[in-house]
Amino acid sequence: MIEGLAALYIFMLAGFTGYEIISKVPVILHTPLMSGSNFVHGIVLVGAMIALGIAENPTQQAIGFVAVLLAAGNAVGGYVVTERMLEMFKSSNKKDAGEKK
Amino acid sequence: MSILIQASYFLAAVLFILGLKQMSSPVTARRGIQWAGAGMVLATLVTFLAPELSDNPQAVTNYVLIIIAIAIGGGYAWVTGKKVAMTDMPQMIAMYNGMGGGAAATIAAVELLKAQGEVASGAPGDDRLNALGLEALNTHPETIAQAMGTDVAILAIIGAIIGTIAFSGSIIAWAKLDGRLNSNKLLPQQQQVNLVLAVILVLVAISVFSTDALTPIVVFFLLALVLGVFITVPVGGADMPVIISLFNALTGLAVGFEGYVLGNAAMIIAGTVVGSAGSLLTHLMAKAMNRSVANVFFSGFGTTTTTTAEAGEAGGSMKEIQAQDVGIMMAYASQVVVIPGYGMAVAQAQHKVWELTQLLTEKGVKVKFAIHPVAGRMPGHMNVLLAEAGVPYDLIYDMEDINADFANTTVTLVIGANDVVNPAAKNDPNSPLFGMPILNAELSDNVIVIKRGRGTGFSGVENPLFLLDNTRMLFGDGQKAVAELIQAVKEL
Repeated sequence: MIEGLAALYIFMLAGFTGYEIISKVPVILHTPLMSGSNFVHGIVLVGAMIALGIAENPTQQAIGFVAVLLAAGNAVGGYVVTERMLEMFKSSNKKDAGEKK
Repeated sequence: MSILIQASYFLAAVLFILGLKQMSSPVTARRGIQWAGAGMVLATLVTFLAPELSDNPQAVTNYVLIIIAIAIGGGYAWVTGKKVAMTDMPQMIAMYNGMGGGAAATIAAVELLKAQGEVASGAPGDDRLNALGLEALNTHPETIAQAMGTDVAILAIIGAIIGTIAFSGSIIAWAKLDGRLNSNKLLPQQQQVNLVLAVILVLVAISVFSTDALTPIVVFFLLALVLGVFITVPVGGADMPVIISLFNALTGLAVGFEGYVLGNAAMIIAGTVVGSAGSLLTHLMAKAMNRSVANVFFSGFGTTTTTTAEAGEAGGSMKEIQAQDVGIMMAYASQVVVIPGYGMAVAQAQHKVWELTQLLTEKGVKVKFAIHPVAGRMPGHMNVLLAEAGVPYDLIYDMEDINADFANTTVTLVIGANDVVNPAAKNDPNSPLFGMPILNAELSDNVIVIKRGRGTGFSGVENPLFLLDNTRMLFGDGQKAVAELIQAVKEL
């Protein structure tokens, strides 16, 4: 378990990290990055699995089931669309470099 | 086992941060998402080993349920994510983001219900201890806050509010972008209603904190769901990118808070990183439109425009032009600037536009692309589409780099863009767009606007650019119109 004050430090440092990461991003990558960060909060899947895992009665299991369902959608969907977007960047980069040569 | 799990979560968090970092450069971006993906797979797999799961008497049922839920949710997202057209990306991001928010909220729901169950199953012996004046010995929790711990309960409840609002709000944003919901009006005095609702929600949230009953928890979630809908419905279509980005940040934050509730550092770190990165992105987007985030939410953008639209109609009339004439105009131009907007995305015209560009370049015409920071429905949306069509980066210019160049431009071709070239943003203080930096298309010798019809576009604001003397309208579907232009240029 993470104790109160240590968690506060984690919140603070992670907050600055997120700010730093995005402050240097060119506008063209904003949509992929938004999509990418959307994928990263798909980590909620881990929490959802635990929530369903500790459920003790049918009500909790039903809600936990919904949690895992939604979280899996977030993680998988976020990954697939981000990957598809960035795939295009890669190919156009190659072509671009080729033309410049 | 616990060490393995903790180490894996740690590694996952590192991979997320490095992945996001790499996503901030076009060269490494693809590797970035793959790293983050590896982190996700690792974190998910080790969670199956968590002792909380295997110690539960319901363990077998729950494991099966987890696997089924991942298969259904993941399968649905895999199929839709693979299938969705690039142009519909923004609403799919909204949808997946909403699912994440919903997941964070449901985690909180399970935790709150567990705590409530613990409180409600109070052993009768407790009251007798109280009666004897031995309250200190009475360790049975009487409220949810006592059962969960004060800090945990507070963050669980805040995370639940944020996650639920992000969930229902994102669904509305998805419906709006997908064209399933067009109304901006739900109730009269919507903002006041929302304010009252928000206050009630906070009061109910406080009562959840100190309750031992089930009803407040249910009411609490229902209120948060309704509030998410009420907040999002009045937001105008042009502001949707800001809203989606904001909900993305909110979901991150909710995930971070629920991570604290579950004592899961990977969730705290990943959630908070997304929360702050998303907030900054939201701010940058709102700034590009010269509006504050609060303004986006509380101004009721679409509803205030009717009066200015009427005032703008007196200024002149739209002048139509045929594709052949435009073709000649462009083929003999020295410089052509293309301003793409959401209309190009809808018409899937980006490939045709690139074809036209190559044709014109062969004829010695300099072609540039001008991208407004909020063109399309998201920053960078146009860049993604142009990249898909194969347009090289060095032809694409940001607003700051191209605005001075419009005076040297023979033809500016506006494809499906509207608000980002609306001069009212510069010179009409009554316009709802006033103050937003725009692309100075009107400074070029000729402006050709490809547009489906005479209506006011997505935001509902009249555009005086269309009425100017050097502007000609080429009515028609973007892809068809550009195909006609290609034909016209080829025939020369």
